Amino acid sequence: MTIEIKTATIEPIRSTFANLQRRFGDKPASRYQEATYDVQAETNFHYRPLWQPDRLLNDKRRTAVVMEDWYSLKDPRQFYYGSYVQQRARMQEQAENNYAFFEKRDLARHLSDDARNSLIRHLVPLRHVEHTANLNNVYGSAYGYGTAVTQAMLFDGMDRLGIAQYLSRIGLILDGNTGESLSAAKQSWMQDSCWQGMRAMCEKSLTVEDWFETFVLQDLVIDTLMQELFYVRFDQWLSEHGGQDVGMLTEFMRDWYKDTSRWVDAVLKEAVSESAANQQLIQGWFGNWRGRVVEALAPVVADMNIDDAALDIALQTLDKRAAKVGL
Amino acid sequence: MAAKKLNLKDKYKLLTRDLDWDFSYEDRKQAFPYEDFEGIKIHDWSKWEDPFRLTMDAYWKYQAEKEKKLYAIFDASQQHNGHLNVSDARYINAIKLFLTGISPLEYQAYQGFAHVGRQFGGVGARVACQMQSIDELRHVQTQVHAMSQYNKFFDGFHDWTHMHDRVWYLSVPKSFFDDARTGGPFEFLVAISFSFEYVLTNLVFVPFMSGAAHNGDMATVTFGFSAQSDEARHMTLGLEVIKFLLEQDEANVPIVQKWIDKWFWRGTRLLSIVGMMMDYMLPNKVMSWKEGWEVYFEEAGGALFKDLARYGIRMPKYAGVIEKEKEHVSHQAWWTFYTYGHAAGFHTWIPTDEELDWLGEKYPDTFDKYYRPRWELAKKLEAEGKRIYHNALPQLCNTCQIPLLFTDMDNPTEVSHCVTEYQGDKYHFCSDGCKDIFEDEPEKYVQAWLPAHQIFQGNCGGPDIPDILKDYYHFNLGADNLDIKGSPDEQRWKEWKKQG
Repeated sequence: MTIEIKTATIEPIRSTFANLQRRFGDKPASRYQEATYDVQAETNFHYRPLWQPDRLLNDKRRTAVVMEDWYSLKDPRQFYYGSYVQQRARMQEQAENNYAFFEKRDLARHLSDDARNSLIRHLVPLRHVEHTANLNNVYGSAYGYGTAVTQAMLFDGMDRLGIAQYLSRIGLILDGNTGESLSAAKQSWMQDSCWQGMRAMCEKSLTVEDWFETFVLQDLVIDTLMQELFYVRFDQWLSEHGGQDVGMLTEFMRDWYKDTSRWVDAVLKEAVSESAANQQLIQGWFGNWRGRVVEALAPVVADMNIDDAALDIALQTLDKRAAKVGL
Repeated sequence: MAAKKLNLKDKYKLLTRDLDWDFSYEDRKQAFPYEDFEGIKIHDWSKWEDPFRLTMDAYWKYQAEKEKKLYAIFDASQQHNGHLNVSDARYINAIKLFLTGISPLEYQAYQGFAHVGRQFGGVGARVACQMQSIDELRHVQTQVHAMSQYNKFFDGFHDWTHMHDRVWYLSVPKSFFDDARTGGPFEFLVAISFSFEYVLTNLVFVPFMSGAAHNGDMATVTFGFSAQSDEARHMTLGLEVIKFLLEQDEANVPIVQKWIDKWFWRGTRLLSIVGMMMDYMLPNKVMSWKEGWEVYFEEAGGALFKDLARYGIRMPKYAGVIEKEKEHVSHQAWWTFYTYGHAAGFHTWIPTDEELDWLGEKYPDTFDKYYRPRWELAKKLEAEGKRIYHNALPQLCNTCQIPLLFTDMDNPTEVSHCVTEYQGDKYHFCSDGCKDIFEDEPEKYVQAWLPAHQIFQGNCGGPDIPDILKDYYHFNLGADNLDIKGSPDEQRWKEWKKQG
């Protein structure tokens, strides 16, 4: 049986805000909708930016991609601030448990020398790539158009800072908090020939002007290859070379990638299907960066001594993903 | 091997500060192009002291806990008709002003901090700005969710972003933030982090949130409490910014001083709407605007500027004028809104007799002498069925965009009006403070989108004012505007209270 509690009912005079009524009719809106649609200023800007006088403060022309409605680039995860931090808090709790367990059992002790060396030389330097990804996503948040896509880019940017910090913690676990492994990893990043292609690529990505191009380069090309090579292939190699427990410390990155790919793919699919011109443009960017990033990663992959076919397999994964969004 | 214990500062440094590197393959200036043009000299970003050493995992955790509690209150408030618990229907107009005037600024803060959080050359400063950016996004979104409930039961909230981009008085807050965001990255930080967040934020935040607390607005006050720890972080950033800039190079001092002068003046002009809200719009008063100003600026700000004197920073220019203004601005602003109440997106009214007495007590030197007689006249006219509504479009100040409504502070019956010429055209200002700002950067301020000018130029539809209000501003005429007396808001309120 059900118990019915009597409450006073007062009829509302409208279901939601007028901009949402115009878009979806007068019906109750979700919190995602209220927090997202039309929140960014559209018109009547008072002054031109001193730092970019040929553009308006909020300007659609900071990318060559053209959308009829920038709010069609919505986030299938429906992340607004509150839902975003609560989702990430759950992920970090799991990660915290994993890191605590790893440290409590001193699992670093069981690492083979090969595994330990390779972690410092190949995994910890990724913190610098993540730092670049942080900047590239914040770039899209600052210069992109419409809250739907710009808020999600900020969430991604903050995620990448978090991942850079997790990678740094892996370093600190390996060196007993002295920071020596972080220095060694940075030394590798700065000087070892295997990393120079990727470092040059990161520097290059920070000079790309079109924010949507940056998004394609970072969140599609670099991220897919990096995920496949470091968090799948290298993880397998670790398992086979006395480093199977490290998987606990990189679980966050795999979960994060699964979650974020849903959003990246949705945005790309929507933008690509908007028009033939968008498709052509994004295809051009993808084609250009795909080859260059592969070239940049090849020396690290060779140095990692993982499966010879790893790079090809990663490339296949990338192409499959691209095909799925219409590229 | 026993792991070395790390203190928070060292841990944060290892996890975050060393992520950046010296470029070898690209010109760093191309990646961070906006750092030089303002003339600010930064020699060593590593001297930046991280104002809050919060790693992302901790950030997610703390913020998620705060959000969970906050949304539980929103849900409860919606379930139990929380809007019925406010002191009076008049109170709701204060938060209409907040949603249409202030929440969009939170959004601009999110955008502005994302911009500088991408642009600064130092990783410590960048990360601090990025965190503030996402906090500001939180603020606008939680505010919208708090107000969502009120929008369902009251008029005037319904098209808040559309209105913010267009309505005449909302160009005051909009132009303020447009001004900050269009400035260089260092000016933005001095404007928003220091002048606004550090020096003046208490005068926005505390009055609105305490106003909510005193008037039974559970959703807004809970938001306020929840945002407090974010604001504390932002204030720390504001102070670090100023110290860092001043310590980096002596040549930065006069530039920073000029910005402090500008943004302090711009900020106090913006706050005149807060003053009017405190003195006139809250049925249950918290404190007078004048008292707020004395506590939060004169005492707290005075101590701060004493502290900054060792860098060669002095009190903001025109602080003396502002001291006199605290006696007048709230009265002059509410009178203007009252007399233009047909063109406002919220309701206006004549203060009750008890409120007139309260104002007389709080402003013993000015209220009875200058302002009470106006309200006595308004009461008389209203009783005769001739409520005052002015129809002429007001002359706007070219800088702050407030109508020329403020008086000369030494001569409170005379409207203050300054004029300057630039490239053969005349420009009008409410004050010397606003005129100075224009004269320092005329090429910027001639671009201002002045609502009255735009209406005259036919850029806002029309031709008649009601057409503009209805079609361009999206006001529901007869519901959103005019006096609270006889408004649908008031009628519904009485109806609900009868039922209760």
